[in-house]
Amino acid sequence: MSRSSTPKGMSRRHFMSHMTGASAMTMPALAMGNTLLNNAEDLKRRRKSAILLWMGGGPSTMDIWDLKPGAPTGGPFRPIATSGDQQISEHMPLMAKQMHNMSIIRSMSTREADHGRGRYYMHTGYVPNPNIEHPSYGAVLSHQLSHQRPELEIPPFVTVGGGSVGPGFLGMAWAPFSVNSNGQVRNLQMGLEDQRLYQRMYALDLIESGFINQRRGSAASDHQKILKKTLNLMTSSQMDAFKVAGEPEDVKERYGNTNFGRGCLMARRLVEQGVPFIEVGLGGWDNHQNIHATLRDTKLPELDQAMSALVEDLEQRELLQDTAIIWMGEFSRTPRINGNAGRDHWARSWSVVVGGGGLNGGLAIGETNSDGTRVETEPYTSQDVMASVCKGLGISLQTTFTSQNGRPMKIANSGKIIKELFS
Amino acid sequence: MKRQLWAFALLGLLAQMVSLPGSANAQTEASDYGIQEVAEINRLIRQGWLDYEIRPSVAASDGEWVRRVYLDILGRIPSVEELREFTQERSPEKRKALVTKLLYDEEYTEQYANNWTTIWTNVLIGRSGGTERNSLTSRPGMQKYLRDSLARNKYYNEMVYELVTATGSNTPGTDQFNGAVNFMTMKLEEKAAQATAKTSRIFLGLQVQCTQCHNHPFNEWKQQKFWEMNAFFRQTRALRRYEPGTRNVSHVELVNESFQGEGLTKDPDKADIYYELRNGITKVAYPVFVDGQTIDPSGYVEDVIRRDELGKLMMESRYLDKMLANRIWAHFMGYGFTKPIDDMGPHNPPTHPELLDYLGQQIRKKNFDLKQIISWVALSEPYALSSRTNSSNESLDDPLLGESPKFSRFYMRQMRAEELYESLLTATRAHEGRGDYEAQEELKSRWLGQFVVAFGNDEGEETTNFNGTIPQALMMFNGDLVKKATDSNKGSFLSELAESNLNNTQKINHLFEAAFARKPSTNEVKVANQLLIARKGDLTAALQDIWWAVLNSNEFILNH
Repeated sequence: MSRSSTPKGMSRRHFMSHMTGASAMTMPALAMGNTLLNNAEDLKRRRKSAILLWMGGGPSTMDIWDLKPGAPTGGPFRPIATSGDQQISEHMPLMAKQMHNMSIIRSMSTREADHGRGRYYMHTGYVPNPNIEHPSYGAVLSHQLSHQRPELEIPPFVTVGGGSVGPGFLGMAWAPFSVNSNGQVRNLQMGLEDQRLYQRMYALDLIESGFINQRRGSAASDHQKILKKTLNLMTSSQMDAFKVAGEPEDVKERYGNTNFGRGCLMARRLVEQGVPFIEVGLGGWDNHQNIHATLRDTKLPELDQAMSALVEDLEQRELLQDTAIIWMGEFSRTPRINGNAGRDHWARSWSVVVGGGGLNGGLAIGETNSDGTRVETEPYTSQDVMASVCKGLGISLQTTFTSQNGRPMKIANSGKIIKELFS
Repeated sequence: MKRQLWAFALLGLLAQMVSLPGSANAQTEASDYGIQEVAEINRLIRQGWLDYEIRPSVAASDGEWVRRVYLDILGRIPSVEELREFTQERSPEKRKALVTKLLYDEEYTEQYANNWTTIWTNVLIGRSGGTERNSLTSRPGMQKYLRDSLARNKYYNEMVYELVTATGSNTPGTDQFNGAVNFMTMKLEEKAAQATAKTSRIFLGLQVQCTQCHNHPFNEWKQQKFWEMNAFFRQTRALRRYEPGTRNVSHVELVNESFQGEGLTKDPDKADIYYELRNGITKVAYPVFVDGQTIDPSGYVEDVIRRDELGKLMMESRYLDKMLANRIWAHFMGYGFTKPIDDMGPHNPPTHPELLDYLGQQIRKKNFDLKQIISWVALSEPYALSSRTNSSNESLDDPLLGESPKFSRFYMRQMRAEELYESLLTATRAHEGRGDYEAQEELKSRWLGQFVVAFGNDEGEETTNFNGTIPQALMMFNGDLVKKATDSNKGSFLSELAESNLNNTQKINHLFEAAFARKPSTNEVKVANQLLIARKGDLTAALQDIWWAVLNSNEFILNH
């Protein structure tokens, strides 16, 4: 799909004038979003973002970030020195040159070792609860950071190449917008002259509002909010941020010719456009069998290439200090190697990697014991990682949300700050 | 006159005030259509309203109710003709007559079977099951088994027994074809962990998967239980059969083979398996059902076929009937008695334990006849309530606010993607003269594919984008399916409507009835006329605009 994102001959401003100028049919509730464009430069300079590199399946962090050479459970990989004050796997040579920007939290200790529960917990800071759906960090951070970019017309929470966790009680307006790594957004083309689209929208809004007024519950009004966002998006030139194909060849090559590489490149483009939260997914870490060959031959080269390119690129563009990067999966894998030369699910002692966005780089924080089965120092959790990211991005940890049933919920579920990331 | 009116209003207000707590009795009793189970559902649900001092929503209109029933039983909205036939009927028993017709009339057998095949296929193998390259699952095989079974209303317990114990080939047209094997063919890797987890979860509502690696943190299932259940599946093998001379899987055969156990002694008379505790200690397990019943531990298939024994034990388990009752209830009501519906262990008590238990018992008494339990729920009072809230249940009975469901109103929910697809075909009459089942399924699954997002782990977990977010809205705005539905070319639904000898008002009515099962409001008629002017009198184009707006609305996409 190679098309310009605004309908032929129609700028957004032009479109807006149709929407507001026509007098016979004014648009009540669907009145189009914010056109305030002021102090943009000033805001741009200070606006914060976060990129979550989500490793679906649960990667074995003791083969990547916290090696145990010589331990019976250690596996065949050797550690190498990095530009920071830590050692990492020999199969991450490009990241080794970027580690002065990134810190490894080696004393993660969590309790959820089931994919679904672990994914939910690491994305929200809460364990699943049948009575309430918690918002994922992506929804929370985009909700908190959106005021810094009033000119943003595309969704503030984008996931590339994978599922995420939804907005929970924050509502569908903060749901992740999911695209694949080549940036194609389906069905963007309307193929209709703007005047007629607008008239259709008017009729639609009338029907929508009539139904909402019948007090049948929030699903009806949520639908209307999404329609408004959809219309914004269809008419926005900011959609160009999704088009990674237009990047120079050498840049694309640096990120790697993989879905994850293109996803990371898109994340950088979206940060530049002002999107506050982007999640890039890389699956395939559920290595119950044949783990080391899989890591060495496919997973780690793909990760190393793309992640190192992203860190380096953000740094060179002076975006890294305002953009937090979080690398994590739902859990890690057993120190013990099973009968199929794989590792199974393990949440008790593992690593998460963070950097940028006001967080110190170059550190190894916390320790596991000699065979990786236990955390030896203060254990950290999903909440602690998120609390630290919030602090780095200037979001108050006193921020409290109220769930729909009136329960107050503190941001990052009252996680504690990981001091080393700031001192 | 004036005074009279005033007094009338006061009376109404008083009645409302007086009847607030305990008001369920003040409402007219809903009909139970002479069905004992319906009466009992109504009684127990009303009891809950009394306990919570909730006044239920008003009854749904005929149009609202008939739209639901078609959606939930057949997986599509009613056509205008079907709608009118029902609303014009005056008999007090007409709702019962309609449910009976949709379930038992030959005219609807195929649609009923197709809808429930879709539902069960998604439960058993997921939305993407069988679509992967060289998959061990044959989606057409799974569907064929389900369609045949559902079309002749095979008893549910028989179906479960067949799915759990099946052997044979997975692909239609091959020797010894038995489509039921497709439930298990892809779930046998890693010592059949998925077969263990999914069998327990789908049919018994027991979530043992967390206990594969450790004792459950907050329910009583221990790791031992997982592996004892797992031991039932260890004679089972999925054998790949290749196309001659290639490495392409042509079909898969599910067989039972003697199992010698994992122990060093290899004693098939006591075929044992081993698992590891988190502290590294290895423990032994033999087949033991969740309730503690044991079977002959022999691994020889000549002595005992472990899956057959499991199937028999499952047939006797109360979890089997309660899980079915919970699933059917949730399908019609939007929420089950537990959340999630397939987690019914002791740690997760149901909202209406007495009713759940009763429905389970009754369905067992009626030989697990699916059509009976469907008609009980579809004819119940809570299913016939409006989705409009009132001041007493607006917040007290909103599961979205974290409240437990009290079923004092109909909970709105978005149509499933498959329901939307079929409803669009019905509304535009595009179902007439379609290809055969396989060809239709192929088209539909290609369309559905755009909404399925995989999580990238070995358990094949997936989610859907068809959940009210922007990609779905874009699809409705601009996607092929809606483009086709709003097509104005010669011979299309809209052009035929435009050229029919109905007057303009009737044409507009037709569109609203087709999509919403109601007539348009005054304002809606007004906007339709404005559009006709804007289209300079081009009626087809105006109908196209209205139809587009109608199909894109909340009222269309929501089952209300």
